[in-house]
Amino acid sequence: MKVQFQTINQILDMGGHGFYVWSAVFVTLTVLIGLIVRPLLQHKTVLNQVSQDLAREKLRKKTAGEGN
Amino acid sequence: MNWVWFYRLGSPLWFYQTTTRWLPWLGLLAFILLTIGLVWGLGFAPQDAKQGNSFRIIYMHVPASFLALAGYFLMATAGAIGLIWKMKLSYMVMKAAAPIGAALTFLALFTGAVWGKPTWGSYWVWDARITSMLILLFLYFGVLALQYAFHNEEASNKASAILALIGTVNIPIIYKSVDWWYTLHQPSTIKLTSAPSMHPDMFQPLLVMILGFYCFYIVALCLFTRVEILRRERKTGWVGDLVGELNGSTEGKRQ
Repeated sequence: MKVQFQTINQILDMGGHGFYVWSAVFVTLTVLIGLIVRPLLQHKTVLNQVSQDLAREKLRKKTAGEGN
Repeated sequence: MNWVWFYRLGSPLWFYQTTTRWLPWLGLLAFILLTIGLVWGLGFAPQDAKQGNSFRIIYMHVPASFLALAGYFLMATAGAIGLIWKMKLSYMVMKAAAPIGAALTFLALFTGAVWGKPTWGSYWVWDARITSMLILLFLYFGVLALQYAFHNEEASNKASAILALIGTVNIPIIYKSVDWWYTLHQPSTIKLTSAPSMHPDMFQPLLVMILGFYCFYIVALCLFTRVEILRRERKTGWVGDLVGELNGSTEGKRQ
């Protein structure tokens, strides 16, 4: 096993195939990161909604209690 | 026979709690495997004698295609279990598998296109393998779309599951397409029945990438399923307790 490329330019160029290889890498990483970030954000949104609902319900109970 | 494990597996609360515990570790493992595999494949694996460096796209193309197919199989199985045992968690897993599968199928098609250009001279060819993968993408879209097509949740779950099951016809076609129609796409590099047609120096990083993609897939599937669980169970006590804990007090607890 040995390093195949010596300079940054060689890495980027990949013997003329750089555009194809690196666009595949870029799109792959973007999709993979998206598949992790999207559910994490949704998870947070749902928890925030539940939190708001609970707070609202508590407030409603409290005001209803005062009304009596 | 003891069926307790089966019912426990069907409990969304149990699933949520268990995944909370080991998901970070599996995520870390996926990250490490993918990093090692990608650096190894891109920088250390030897060049292909015929294809030069463009062959390095294999390290993304083959794992993505594997998981796109395995993910479809999983989605259809989850749909079948939902239909037969009316297991809620199973439908949630089916729903979670659809966007991930669609994304991975897109990835397989995209990496295939940028590999095809330097190798075949064209981004797109109506080859049997590529066309059947495109059909797979549409099947995933169909399952996604059916989830929003009905007001009744049970009806949409059933419709999605039935479409997913019918679509499994496409899976053996995709597998066998490179043997039945020997057009342009090269035959499989890896077969269960024989040794890989690849030098070990090239094959080892591919194996690491496939393992990494499998771990990644499980992590993504759990994350999407957890969102689905929270959405459906948000009126229940345990989600309220969870929010209360996260807010750092027990004030949010429901009485």
